[in-house]
Amino acid sequence: MAISNIWVVVEPGTSGLTTTSLELLTNARTYGATVSAITWENGSSFAAQAGEYGATTLFDVGSLGGALPGAPVASAIAALVASQGAPDAILIPTSYDGRDIAGRLSARLDRPVLTNVTGLSDDGGLVTEHPAFGGTQIVKAKFTGEGPGIIVVRAKSFAAESGGGAAANVVSAPAGDTGATGAAKIVTTHVEERTGPQLEEASVVVSGGRGLGEAANYVLISDAAKLLNGAAGASRAIVDAGWVPYSAQVGQTGKTVKPTVYIACGISGATQHMVGMKGSKNIVAINKDPEAPIFQVADFGIVGDVLKVLPELITALKARG
Amino acid sequence: MNIVVCVKQIPDPAAPQSLDGSHNLDRSGKLILDEADTYGVEMALQLVDKAGSGEVTVVSMGSAADLAGVRNALAMGAAKAIMVSDDALRGTDALGTAKVLAEAIKRVNPDLVLCATESSDGYTGTTPVQVAELLGLPSITFAKSVTVDGSTVKVDRQTEAGYDEVTSPLPCVLTVTAGVVEPRYASFKGIMAAKSKPVEILSIGDLGLAAVTGPAGARQQIISVVAAESRAAGEKHVDEGNAAQEIITFLESIKVL
Repeated sequence: MAISNIWVVVEPGTSGLTTTSLELLTNARTYGATVSAITWENGSSFAAQAGEYGATTLFDVGSLGGALPGAPVASAIAALVASQGAPDAILIPTSYDGRDIAGRLSARLDRPVLTNVTGLSDDGGLVTEHPAFGGTQIVKAKFTGEGPGIIVVRAKSFAAESGGGAAANVVSAPAGDTGATGAAKIVTTHVEERTGPQLEEASVVVSGGRGLGEAANYVLISDAAKLLNGAAGASRAIVDAGWVPYSAQVGQTGKTVKPTVYIACGISGATQHMVGMKGSKNIVAINKDPEAPIFQVADFGIVGDVLKVLPELITALKARG
Repeated sequence: MNIVVCVKQIPDPAAPQSLDGSHNLDRSGKLILDEADTYGVEMALQLVDKAGSGEVTVVSMGSAADLAGVRNALAMGAAKAIMVSDDALRGTDALGTAKVLAEAIKRVNPDLVLCATESSDGYTGTTPVQVAELLGLPSITFAKSVTVDGSTVKVDRQTEAGYDEVTSPLPCVLTVTAGVVEPRYASFKGIMAAKSKPVEILSIGDLGLAAVTGPAGARQQIISVVAAESRAAGEKHVDEGNAAQEIITFLESIKVL
């Protein structure tokens, strides 16, 4: 049974669709299936981009009226399944809203959901790959029941490449009445100032962990990141401790990064962290403990105190101008 | 204000982990309260305190043979617990789990349901929203601050660019990120009191659920588990005062500098 129909949820980003959305469209093109995309808010403005990356149709849920996307977008997709028939699979980006949409849709359609997918292959149906135990093992899975399979894919699982397609045909796909489920509304949006690249896009990531000792020392991480034109990340331990917001977290329960170089400072390398950064091209680790698991994946390791090495590194980088 | 906190007892993440013969996570060892859940328990206790009345109920699914994790939540201050435990639940997926939790939550009829953003062992991250949909409730995920004002909950929700202020009428399901409150340690008094707090143990029959659970209900199958491409360790130098320069030389060699 070939895969003939794939739907991809594509999320509006700050400029165009998010990178993960484009990665999923690129991958969806490879199965020889018809690819349709689903988006919201100002759908027609994404028609060219969705088409370029492989969608022939773009279903536009339209304005959500300030509601969080989970309930209305899931409601719109459920209505599409009812009117168009179920696709073989619905691919959804791993993101704050993507997981909401996937959860709501799964419950609405009474279909299972597979999350944290980092690879897909075709053996007549889609086979999903999930990293387990810090990424040392890959679990391969597939759906056994009636479709659509709901698949939530992590960022950076595929490269985003233009397929040169024509603009997608925009079709209105409004949400149904979501009742109480759609009652959560965004009142105000706060954008925190950021200098430098986004964590997931940066070619250099400097991350800090418990070895920093206290929250105030995280400034060493942000300073080093800035000097290297990179982004600052964090281990779960210091996010849990409240030193830095969740958005900086790299790992299983955070972001996946694949920079040219990942510099782990005072991070021991718990399996939960490794899965988020093992795909980096180069890994540098600074840690006091010579036995820290992070050294098992580091191309270049320094056994030393981050509170001594980082200030020296910052001074040396400043001296280079 | 009555609050349900969904919690999970998980194998200690610091201990070696493995899959059993049917590709389920081996849970035969000691189980602990998922640290990710302690933030929800703490936040619930604070919200009930502020409201001046009501109580916190923890709801969980899993083995009832070892209740140390649930008792830990009770020792922190939750009033009672519901544990859904049944051999038929082995291999249940996120949606099946949500169906079980939703049925258990209905018995409490809370004003608010709090969950972690995801468990530390399975980390599917969809169960809370599935619970909300099954209960017909609104949900706000990734809350980093929560205040209740009458019948409205106000949440600062983490976003990629910063945060959104989001409001919802109660009842509502929230997921809270770690680090937003400082989970209290259970006091000796709390630990002693927890021993006599009620833990209701329910089977799926008690909840009127059967077909939704176990591997058949999951409608997904693990085909294989293979070793991932491994990374080899590279050079490791002990800092002798020139570590910064060595790092710079390495960054130059890979053309980052």
